[in-house]
Amino acid sequence: MNELLGTVDWSRAQFALTAMYHWLFVPLTIGLSVIVAIMETIYVRTGDSRWKGITKFWMTLFGINFACGVATGIILEFEFGTNWSNYSWFVGDIFGAPLAIEGILAFFMEATFIAVMFFGWNKVSRRFHLASTWLTALGVSLSALWILVANAWMQNPVGMRFDPAQMRNVMDNFFEVAFNAVAINKFFHAVFSGWTLAGVFVVGVSGWMLMRRRNIEAMRRSMKIGSIVGLAGILMTFYTGHGSAVQVARVQPMKLAAMEGLFNGGRDQALVGFGILDPEFRPGDKGDPMLFSIEIPYALSWLATGDPHAFVPGINDLIAGRAIDDNGDTVRTASYADRMASGRAAQDALRAYDNAHRSSDIPAMEAASADIARNFGDFGYGYFTDPMQAVPPVGLTFYSFHIMVIAGGFLLAVLLIMLIVSYRRPALLGKNWLAWLAMLSVPAVWICSQSGWVTAEVGRQPWVIQNLLPTCAAISDVTAASVRLTFWIFAAIFTLLLVAEISIMLRYIAKASKTDIENDNH
Amino acid sequence: MTELELLQSYWWLLISILGAALVFLLFVQGGQSMLYCGHNYGTRQLMVNSLGRKWEFTFTTLVVFGGAFFASFPLFYSTSFGGAYWLWMLILLSFILQAVSYEFRRKSGNLYGTRTYDAFLVFNGVAGCVLLGVAVGMFFFGGQFTVTKSNILDAAAPVISQWAPTHGLEAIADWRCLLLGVAVFFLARTLAAMYFVNDIAGDEAFTARMRRRTLVNGLIFALLFVAFLVVLFTATGYSSTPAGFISEPHLYFNNLLRMWWLAIVLILAVAAVLYGIAMTAFTRSRAGIWWSGFGTAAAVIVLFCLAGYNSTAYLASTTHPASSLTIANSSSSLFTLRVMSVVSVLIPFVLAYIVCVWRKMNAAPLTPQELSEDTHQY
Repeated sequence: MNELLGTVDWSRAQFALTAMYHWLFVPLTIGLSVIVAIMETIYVRTGDSRWKGITKFWMTLFGINFACGVATGIILEFEFGTNWSNYSWFVGDIFGAPLAIEGILAFFMEATFIAVMFFGWNKVSRRFHLASTWLTALGVSLSALWILVANAWMQNPVGMRFDPAQMRNVMDNFFEVAFNAVAINKFFHAVFSGWTLAGVFVVGVSGWMLMRRRNIEAMRRSMKIGSIVGLAGILMTFYTGHGSAVQVARVQPMKLAAMEGLFNGGRDQALVGFGILDPEFRPGDKGDPMLFSIEIPYALSWLATGDPHAFVPGINDLIAGRAIDDNGDTVRTASYADRMASGRAAQDALRAYDNAHRSSDIPAMEAASADIARNFGDFGYGYFTDPMQAVPPVGLTFYSFHIMVIAGGFLLAVLLIMLIVSYRRPALLGKNWLAWLAMLSVPAVWICSQSGWVTAEVGRQPWVIQNLLPTCAAISDVTAASVRLTFWIFAAIFTLLLVAEISIMLRYIAKASKTDIENDNH
Repeated sequence: MTELELLQSYWWLLISILGAALVFLLFVQGGQSMLYCGHNYGTRQLMVNSLGRKWEFTFTTLVVFGGAFFASFPLFYSTSFGGAYWLWMLILLSFILQAVSYEFRRKSGNLYGTRTYDAFLVFNGVAGCVLLGVAVGMFFFGGQFTVTKSNILDAAAPVISQWAPTHGLEAIADWRCLLLGVAVFFLARTLAAMYFVNDIAGDEAFTARMRRRTLVNGLIFALLFVAFLVVLFTATGYSSTPAGFISEPHLYFNNLLRMWWLAIVLILAVAAVLYGIAMTAFTRSRAGIWWSGFGTAAAVIVLFCLAGYNSTAYLASTTHPASSLTIANSSSSLFTLRVMSVVSVLIPFVLAYIVCVWRKMNAAPLTPQELSEDTHQY
């Protein structure tokens, strides 16, 4: 059992490591591909070769970053098999399809047209080159679409049924999988966060060069594009983030409770704008879990449901199966103990089905099938021995969510300032304080972006498939020592590559700043 | 044949085609393995930049090959990747290092120096080819695993697919799998030499050397491939019958006789590979890569068909034959295969734009002069 838990923990650590490194590079690829395409469009429409030089400058940074995204991405796909082998069988019938579609529709598009982007300037016409740049950007976003469809399905498993004969889930409605509301919100949220990140990156690099009085015109132009794309991105990220929160309230109420550090819910629920959790506080404890908090009255009820007076369940309410109806009366819903019993009933019924199947006992199979169908919604709870096992790490979820929101607010302000200054007060662009503000926003946007994913993925624990398959039942038959070794190998390699990428980017920016970027052959 | 059986066969064919494309595109790895074979800096630059414009195709095909397997035969994905852990991890490691090496190798500030990144490329060139060959070898020579689906109900040890503790290292140590791996490696080098002849101009000494290298690597490959075919056609395989899995001596040879049209395709494919090698080695033609490329792809498709069709276990369990995987017992559901088949209609369009872009980008061969004028080079 200890070996099993060790494998689970190291497998989780390895997947988290890979996903977090991957997400350092991917949002920049998503957003910068769009920014580069916009710049090249201006070049093609105006014929102004200075825009070609600017495009090539940012395109080189895109290329350096793209390589690391590709390197970390291949591991993610194969880790579903290498480290989550049970998962691959249990839901592979549904989950594999978006991955394959991603490869066929998106990866080949990227791989084909990115070569034209970098090496086709003198080999194809201007318009063909521009089309290639846009198709690369489209390929990047399509890739995000399908992997996020897959991720969203894990958080909200729809469009499927359980087949007891094969002991796995099978797809029965592709459109429900592809277009479920969680997926749509998640896709736009992730893509627009990529626009924000790349916009801030462009603003930060431009701010540095403007402070050094280098390539002033090129960087002013870049600053305009960066702040427009970044601002559009952050506004849409907030909007889709709200949509995501509404979906979380509907399908993952425990995650919402953890995001807000809400142990005892109620009607007219306030939103914690800023707070410090008592680290000793545990579910079931009496008192206030917050050591300090600044709250916005009614906001959580309103944001989660659209009704400022609606009931929002806390962690203790969900565990106990307690809710408050519209009349203010306490009502009982399924507690986690009930759901564990239901999950065990589903698993017992599956065992009965398996035995009946071996002896070809059709009536027994039918009876077991009916029991499975009745209880399958709680199948995953059957693996737990204590309701507390179904509670995610509250502190990490709470802080990552609030860091994301606060950093997002800061970025919104910075991008708004940069846009106004770029258009209305361009003379201010060389000021040191403004340049420092722009540069400080660069680490802030990465912290914001990483925090978002930590919220989404830690907050859904212990589930790999919501309510159906906990992480501990999704693993491969590999020893903890093996996974620990590969974890450290990947940690070392990814870190060395990240350091190299940052070094190359900084050196390239410094070197290019001393040349005329607007010159096509800089 | 039911609709499910038809779609299972269709998806095995698509997997075969992806595998064939992957083996052909391994010319990138073959070229990388030659970077330090007596080349000066200028020539190495030409080679790297010629390969660097194609490396993503190989990489992408590998990723899509994995994704397509996941979607169509998830029990294979679950069993092989989680089981042969070390084999797949070594393959992935080599490809991670490749992915950054082209872009980083000559960039100032790369911290570890050009030679380090070139060493990564050589490592990927050798290990990528050999280990992928070993992984494909398991399609014929099996693995040591069990599949027990009801394990998912055992909270203490819930893993369905369980593998030998060596987790894929035993496949690397299996001389038959290794034979295929080394054969794939020399095939990749042969194709790479032909690709260089096709794509690089303006350096006659280099071209002449690549023509000689095509011949030498091609002959070694031919000998290894013949040895592999002898081993394969005398090997015992497992096939699925209504009574369960049975072992059958000379299964793959018998499959070739039962599906006689595959024998014709295999003979034509081998002839095309040899013709491409001879054309490159003994004439001034630059088109040998296409003959050998198509021949390679056709031969790989035949090998996959021998492994998967005719109720053959394409991943046989040598320790528990009843756990062996066939295209019938490891596939996705009928609904998913239908959905994926609709998506596969788009594959010709994808191929069309790849061919269109390839032709445009390779209309004129790469020359030292073009390289010196290009602002973006590896």
